[in-house]
Amino acid sequence: MATYAQGIRLALHYAEENLGLTDVFGEDVGPPLGGVFTATQGIKCAWNSPLDERGIIGMAIGIALAGGRPVAEIQFADYIFNTIDMLKLAGNLRWSSYGNYGVPLVIMTPVGAGIHGSIYHSHSFESMATHIPGFKIVAPSNALDAYGLMLSSIVDPDPVMYLKSKALMRVKSEHLIPGEPGDLAELNKRINAPIGDRSKWVPDWPAVEDYRVPIGKASVVREGSDLTVITYSRHVLECARAADQLRGEGISCEVIDLRTLFPVDWPTLRRSVAKTGRVLVVNEDTEVTNYGEHLIRKLTEEFFFDLQVAPRLLAGVNVPGVGISIPLEEASVPQYRDVLDTMRDVATQPGRGTTGEWPLLPETVFGRR
Amino acid sequence: MVDNFGRKSLPWGATGGSQMLDRATKIKIHDLMVKTRCTEETAISMNKQGEGFFWIGGAGEEAFGVSLGLQIRKGQGPAYDYLHLHYRGAPIAMAMGTEPIDQIRQMRATATDRYSGGRQFVEHFAIPEWNIVPVTPTIETQYLMAPGTAHVQRRFGGEGITVVTGGDAGTAEGDFHCCLNWASRPGEELPLLIIVTHNRFGISTPSSQVQASNELNRQAEPFGIRNSIHDGNDVEAIWAALEEAIAYIRKERKPYCLQANVSRIFGHSSATGANRVPEVDCITAFEDKLIKDGIMTRTEVDAVWKKWKEHLKECLAQVRQEPLPDGADIWRHVFAEPATV
Ligand SMILES: Cc1ncc(C[n+]2csc(CCOP(=O)(O)OP(=O)(O)O)c2C)c(N)n1
Ligand SMILES: [Mg+2]
Repeated sequence: MATYAQGIRLALHYAEENLGLTDVFGEDVGPPLGGVFTATQGIKCAWNSPLDERGIIGMAIGIALAGGRPVAEIQFADYIFNTIDMLKLAGNLRWSSYGNYGVPLVIMTPVGAGIHGSIYHSHSFESMATHIPGFKIVAPSNALDAYGLMLSSIVDPDPVMYLKSKALMRVKSEHLIPGEPGDLAELNKRINAPIGDRSKWVPDWPAVEDYRVPIGKASVVREGSDLTVITYSRHVLECARAADQLRGEGISCEVIDLRTLFPVDWPTLRRSVAKTGRVLVVNEDTEVTNYGEHLIRKLTEEFFFDLQVAPRLLAGVNVPGVGISIPLEEASVPQYRDVLDTMRDVATQPGRGTTGEWPLLPETVFGRR
Repeated sequence: MVDNFGRKSLPWGATGGSQMLDRATKIKIHDLMVKTRCTEETAISMNKQGEGFFWIGGAGEEAFGVSLGLQIRKGQGPAYDYLHLHYRGAPIAMAMGTEPIDQIRQMRATATDRYSGGRQFVEHFAIPEWNIVPVTPTIETQYLMAPGTAHVQRRFGGEGITVVTGGDAGTAEGDFHCCLNWASRPGEELPLLIIVTHNRFGISTPSSQVQASNELNRQAEPFGIRNSIHDGNDVEAIWAALEEAIAYIRKERKPYCLQANVSRIFGHSSATGANRVPEVDCITAFEDKLIKDGIMTRTEVDAVWKKWKEHLKECLAQVRQEPLPDGADIWRHVFAEPATV
């Protein structure tokens, strides 16, 4: 029932009480605001940092080197680009010091378009983030996963990049976080900071419980046999909705919410692709050197002779930004209509198994593994 | 003594260091300076003979580095001092207790290199037992991490401090400014010793092409950070300066910015030849003084050099026997072990 932002907040609360979380910080993360998306309201160890993204990552590394457990926020992923070499250092300190030091830290940052955020509140970051070895990278699509992945990220001994969707912040979860009240109005009253003077406000936290979504485990949100759709973050909602509609047309789509972008849950992807022989990856990052290309390359190498049709990537258009005007944003990042049409197209396109266009080695088609 | 900027008298004189160092300490400092220099010279000759790919190091910074290393409270965790060093930190590490052979191992990139397993350039230490955090090859990024360990120490209490070192040219990066800012936020001041070692160059670029002022410590002034500048080639002066700065930080839990003017007596690195250049040699200067003050004789001084040169020969002979890492070793320590991926 909690919203996505509340899921994160509840996780930070649980972790500071039970899992040794020592610092939650970033621009406007501490009181009175509690984060531009309210995700850090009421957290005792939350504090405001200087407006200095490189310094924020450096501070997180330093805290982790000295035995703390920090969650650092970059206010929007749009502003993380000046920290790339700090992120590279966080990712390589364990390796470069031959295991002498590790840096257990979490960097969380809002990603993606969908809030009419113009050029600098619409950036995606997964294609860059997955290019930084040494990081684990997660991107939840709902409040329960946001909660469970945050707890797993905080206890992880290595750096974790936690990509949270701007567009999902206020979306309510279908599933309850263990221990949260069933009524959203009650939850809002108890843990949302009041408008106006907040100086005396203390949250009345529900007794949320330990619940972990393991890093590296995808979730099959719709089962199907005609097409494998691999997605994450806010496009999980679009793809699931499209799968439901296509079911009415007699098309059976399997939708996989990756949840962790690195390390990839290959077993789940393999199982699905071996079954369907058709692959579509959906995300909103720009399409050139897109993270989805990595998934497609690996799956093509492994399933080349089993694939019925060419794997497809539905991604953002490779232009310098997402314009604020609605038609511009809609033309830039995949919309529901694009998702629906592409899924239908890839699922129904004549497969090589039926046209016989490609030479077939019968024993290699389907289910070889 | 005249420093690298041709200045005779330095704006330091609060305590007058010479009286504070006893005879035994001076002899120990000299021993460590020579130990470090012999290690550097061995590494340089290894590079010239094709036994190590790249040399960079602290040759010429021994007076400053040994004086700092001996004043560190070494141990693990926030009760002890943290060190964020750059690639000229050998004199500091050696004074804390590192062994020449480990530096020679890293120079040769053997599997036995305890700091990086044959992955990093020489002088890239990583010693968790003494809070020497991994030296990073990126200039100035250490100034962004140092506030993090200092922040933990501020919260922890006690007398532990964080020390960060780097060169003059690197202060042109915004990271240096950021460090001064993080260190001095009202009510959140950090127990942080921010050091700049000024050798008048960044590789080949003279500081006159980088900065208007040679007193980079004064950048700390608008932040309300105490700061001072010293002849880093003069053991007694730099020891006293460090002692006063460190005492202030331990007690007041506030930052301090210190510039040490130092020599770069083999140039920047092997990339620029690593040949001896005519700059003040802090070891020669210290030896002249030790002999003049009757603390050591020339024969005793020579014996120290002989001892360490022989030791380094043995180290090198030993390291030559040691294996290089296995190629498959690249997969180790990407993540915590046992591997979770
Ligand atoms: C961020 C970054 N930029 C450039 C370099 C290449 N580089 C290595 S040393 C150096 C000069 C540094 O000069 P200074 O800060 O004065 O330190 P010094 O070597 O003189 O002690 C440069 C440009 C680097 N390592 N990192
Ligand atoms: Mg320099």
